[in-house]
Amino acid sequence: MNYLRLLWIFLRVGVLNELAYRANFWVQLVQSLINLGVALGGLAIIFSHTERLGGWQPAELVALLGVFFLMSGLIGALIEPSMQRFMEDVRQGTLDFTLTKPEDAQMLVSVGEVRVWKFLDVIQGAGLIAVALVEIGMRTSLGHAAQFALMLAAGTASVYSFWLILATTSFWFIKAENILVIFQAVYSAGKYPVAIYPRWLKLAMTFLVPVAFAVTVPSEALVGRLSGQVLWGALAVSGVMLAGARAFWLWGVRHYSGASA
Amino acid sequence: MKGLADIYATLFRTDLAMHFQYRAAMVIWLLGRIVDSLVFLSVWAAVARAEGGQVGGFSSGDFAAYYIAMMMIGHLTFTWFMFEFEYRVRSGAFSPLLLQPLHPIHRDIAINLSYKFLTLTVMLPTMGLMIWIFEPVFEPPAWAVWASIPVILLAFLMRFFVEWALALVALWTTRTAAANQLYFAALLFFSGQMAPLSLLPEWLQTLAALLPFRWMLAFPVELLLGRLAPAEVLWGAAAQVAWLGLSWAVLAAVWSRGVRRYSAVGS
Repeated sequence: MNYLRLLWIFLRVGVLNELAYRANFWVQLVQSLINLGVALGGLAIIFSHTERLGGWQPAELVALLGVFFLMSGLIGALIEPSMQRFMEDVRQGTLDFTLTKPEDAQMLVSVGEVRVWKFLDVIQGAGLIAVALVEIGMRTSLGHAAQFALMLAAGTASVYSFWLILATTSFWFIKAENILVIFQAVYSAGKYPVAIYPRWLKLAMTFLVPVAFAVTVPSEALVGRLSGQVLWGALAVSGVMLAGARAFWLWGVRHYSGASA
Repeated sequence: MKGLADIYATLFRTDLAMHFQYRAAMVIWLLGRIVDSLVFLSVWAAVARAEGGQVGGFSSGDFAAYYIAMMMIGHLTFTWFMFEFEYRVRSGAFSPLLLQPLHPIHRDIAINLSYKFLTLTVMLPTMGLMIWIFEPVFEPPAWAVWASIPVILLAFLMRFFVEWALALVALWTTRTAAANQLYFAALLFFSGQMAPLSLLPEWLQTLAALLPFRWMLAFPVELLLGRLAPAEVLWGAAAQVAWLGLSWAVLAAVWSRGVRRYSAVGS
């Protein structure tokens, strides 16, 4: 309970910080709309030549796109800024201040910064999902909705763990920001269902960088294509990754000596 | 002229050494381009398979050739100055460049070329790997391959001048992120990256002919794959020269006014 309260306080402070820069809202709005236009335009061109892509119908792919935007909004608003700040803190030695606080440092680091305008992507993604579901003409059953929520949570946990593991390497490499570019590059491939990619790339997108669990699997749950096997698999992966990231973090912290000391 | 050649040789050497320090980061930054090519290639190959092997005259092997060529020509012609100028103005990093008795564009050409020269050591093996995996159909006539050399060079020059001229907008406003994104969105569709231009709807193709983007990427790629007739190649090269001249003229007209306008933010 105490954790939740702290989490809430940190989020609030982060939001208040960002609210001082209101012009950024308009910049982000324009950027989100351009991204939306590009993605939908791309789909329009693809589906002017075919009926299905990797077995997915147009409306189903719009739903997938919605999940893609929703997840990038969550990552961009919460995970990415906090991890970037954490790595900067390691480089400058200011992580000392975080470590001396009487709370779990992993938690403090994970909510270090919020970019509130990125939530526009979350809203945009949710809107796309709603439009797509109406288009499919499917009153998503309660079961599917629950599966979707569960898979979204599992996907977020996997992505968070992946970022934490990468960011934790900065205890050794100091300048590790560029590693994060790897995530962004591979994540952009999640705009399309992983089924269309060659086998080795599919494997990389499932186990190396958890894009499949972040985008494709929740989308499958949403449109009712998810098999029980994948559902349990995704849950297991997210559990293992959370535990692994935690262990790696604890090990990494022991290597931190402070840049100024 | 001799003096400028010396300057370029020296800049090229120092830039090489500078880039080499960041070799790990450099390889990682290439990943975005490689993954993008893989994505488009996979999407269109999947479409071709679903449509019984061919879409608009492209088989999946043709798409492989198209996107591998696109990846290489995209790499050879790209610049990053539209992003860097905002930082230069905001941080004042532009000031020392202006103090030198050399137009900053020369420095930027040298640093761009040396970066590409060094990263070819990664891009060429990547290309080889992709050729091995995706089995592209690549059988252009010999003249097309030879003609593509000057055309790629022209594409590089015109893209460099167009983007460098546009980057100067940062001298007036440092809020260029959204405008840049719009430029790259247009580039994505009209340069043949999203799909070969012949697969776009009619009205987009018309628009593409009027804009500069097509001549930066789609034109050299199609030439290299032997999809163009000699007359089309001459027309395309003429369009490249025209855009190069136009951006040059804009640059010359705007440059001195922009520099007078510049006062390092925060200094």
